[in-house]
Amino acid sequence: MNIPTPLPIASIGLQASDSIQAPGEGSVRDFSSSPVVIRAEGLSKDFEIPEYRIDSLKERAVHPFRKQETRILHALEDVSFEVRQGEFFGIAGRNGSGKSTLLKILASIYTRDGGSLKVAGQLAPFIELGVGFNPELDAAQNIVLNGVMMGLTRQQAEAKVEKVLDFAELHDFSELKIKNFSSGMLVRLAFSTMLEADVDILLIDEVLAVGDAAFVQKCNDAFRDMKESGKTVVLVTHDMESIENLCDRAMLLDNGRMTKIGDPGEVGREYMRLNFAEAADDHDSWVPSDQRAATMLGAWLEDADGKRVSNLAEEEVIRAVVEFEMRSTVEGPLFTGMIANVDMVHIAAWEQPVLRDGQPIEKLEAGERVAVVTEIENNLVPGRYNGSFRLCRNENADDVAMQMIGAVDFVVYGTSSSHGVVRIEPRQSTRFENDE
Amino acid sequence: MSEEKAAPRLVEVPGPTALGGGFRRFFELLWLIAVNDFKKTYFGTVLGYVWSLLRPLALFAVLLFVFTRIFRIGSEVEYYPVLLLFNIVMISFFQEATIGSVASVVNQESLVRKTRFPRLVIPLAVVLTGLFNFGTNLVAVVIFIIAFGVPVTWTWLLFPIIVLALFIFTMAMAMLLSALYVRFRDVGIIWSVLVTALFYATPVLYPIEVVPPQYVDWIMINPLTPIFEQARHWVIDPSAPGAVAVAGSYWALLPPIGIYIAVCVAGVLVFRREAPRIAEEL
Repeated sequence: MNIPTPLPIASIGLQASDSIQAPGEGSVRDFSSSPVVIRAEGLSKDFEIPEYRIDSLKERAVHPFRKQETRILHALEDVSFEVRQGEFFGIAGRNGSGKSTLLKILASIYTRDGGSLKVAGQLAPFIELGVGFNPELDAAQNIVLNGVMMGLTRQQAEAKVEKVLDFAELHDFSELKIKNFSSGMLVRLAFSTMLEADVDILLIDEVLAVGDAAFVQKCNDAFRDMKESGKTVVLVTHDMESIENLCDRAMLLDNGRMTKIGDPGEVGREYMRLNFAEAADDHDSWVPSDQRAATMLGAWLEDADGKRVSNLAEEEVIRAVVEFEMRSTVEGPLFTGMIANVDMVHIAAWEQPVLRDGQPIEKLEAGERVAVVTEIENNLVPGRYNGSFRLCRNENADDVAMQMIGAVDFVVYGTSSSHGVVRIEPRQSTRFENDE
Repeated sequence: MSEEKAAPRLVEVPGPTALGGGFRRFFELLWLIAVNDFKKTYFGTVLGYVWSLLRPLALFAVLLFVFTRIFRIGSEVEYYPVLLLFNIVMISFFQEATIGSVASVVNQESLVRKTRFPRLVIPLAVVLTGLFNFGTNLVAVVIFIIAFGVPVTWTWLLFPIIVLALFIFTMAMAMLLSALYVRFRDVGIIWSVLVTALFYATPVLYPIEVVPPQYVDWIMINPLTPIFEQARHWVIDPSAPGAVAVAGSYWALLPPIGIYIAVCVAGVLVFRREAPRIAEEL
């Protein structure tokens, strides 16, 4: 079996998805000489949580001097950072970490209680898709309305209607009131409208994961275009995949404080650590220590010519490549794989010793870099699948040395029926008992 | 730090405000939303225009019957039907716009909490939509003026002053109510009672002449009264007393003018104070 020379892959996370597979992307762009466009210094925000709320004049009149009992919630404390022009900056954090509050302060939706915030140029927030859409208006009118909300003039917004409708593939529906739109159409309209916002800085809150696979692909392309065209984007999310795939730099919020800022990969790992620290009560790592014998460097699918692909035609052989670097020596290495579909149905699993020139090898030494290439006959029906892999030791599939869950995502496309999970080729014959 | 390039300058962000994001955007949004709402009522249904006229016309028909056949106040007043319709159209604008604006900011919660939306646009759009309706309803008044042969006078040209005075007062009221409602939900109930009281405390149904003298001063405290009296004087019947004549002197007009200004100032101050925190209060 041939082992290709290791490719330099920078900061690919556990999940390798379509948008980052092109070589060279994900490589670090340097913005240290670009001008600062957002400068936050010591931002803080407290919420007073009333023990009970006085929301009528009557109560106020009956108890004019009653001091409301409140509890102070420090949603943000002393958060400082800078974003430079053209940067794709990620703000990560778990629910309740203050990331949405920070976004709302950046967007002038909430008032800050302390610190200073300076912004250069025009900025538009996208906190939820389709906010401000009026269901009684048609698509074109809504595009204009939303355009103006984002800071365009009416003429500019009207000039963009065609382009937005094209991108959303809704040209035939431009005069339909959007209350009659399907939710998918609405999402496409909202996203396309957003992309036409002619602002210097976009603040985006977890609107990435919307729509069907094809549209998500289109959006990812749009984000990449945005990135290339030098737009500054601040993305708030708890999805580490987007942080690592899209962002040049990121910061991590936890309990209203900034716990990390810098490389998206590191922020992603720190986030994972935070997330699993509580569950596993293990503050060093969320991965059990005996499962850290290797570091995954990348996982992808290739076509017959060795080109990386994320979509396969029906019957096209699945060639999965998993590359990792050994941290400690593993004796009797076993490589196992599993394919599941979107419904998490396990379709197939296999285990093989790690082979070199067709022969099982005795051990993988610490420091070795290996790419395991597995070719699998493709009997899958059209649909979306993912592959998971494990490296095991001592020829025992239960003794896991490293695992990569959901390491590759891929789509099998084709025209055959997608009923069931695998394609079979039935050969029929008949026996009629009465014939003799 | 190299900021000498063509990049825009770093500017301190003031946070959310009533106007938020510049005057041009403010007025364009205001206009778009008001026009859209207006179109919705007119083109949304087949009988759109008829429906919106029907309300004031039905009210007018009932009141006309009551006040000319049962109470007979109307029979002594020149052009009473025209005056009655004119007054109803004006007071309807004030009532509908203020009642509509009370909960407007709260109802548009998602706009306030999820976009950088100039808060003031929300109640003002309600008032502006009301103003458009007012304009179309005036067509009915013009038809009545022609049908009843009300004489044309040059003072008709002064009518925009009346509209302006009424519009500003309505706006101020809308700002005050919509901002207070965010914190105090019973403002809605209080206002629905007050607005009915104001309807009777304004010479809409009755001409000011029939009010017993001891009550005229009280009715004149209502800032709407001088506006309505002046409108009648300029548009319907030049022989009817204008605002000054009813009050007796310029000095006597000070209380309603004072209240008028107080409401305007309060509207602006309260809205400005509340605007930055509306998103958090909701």
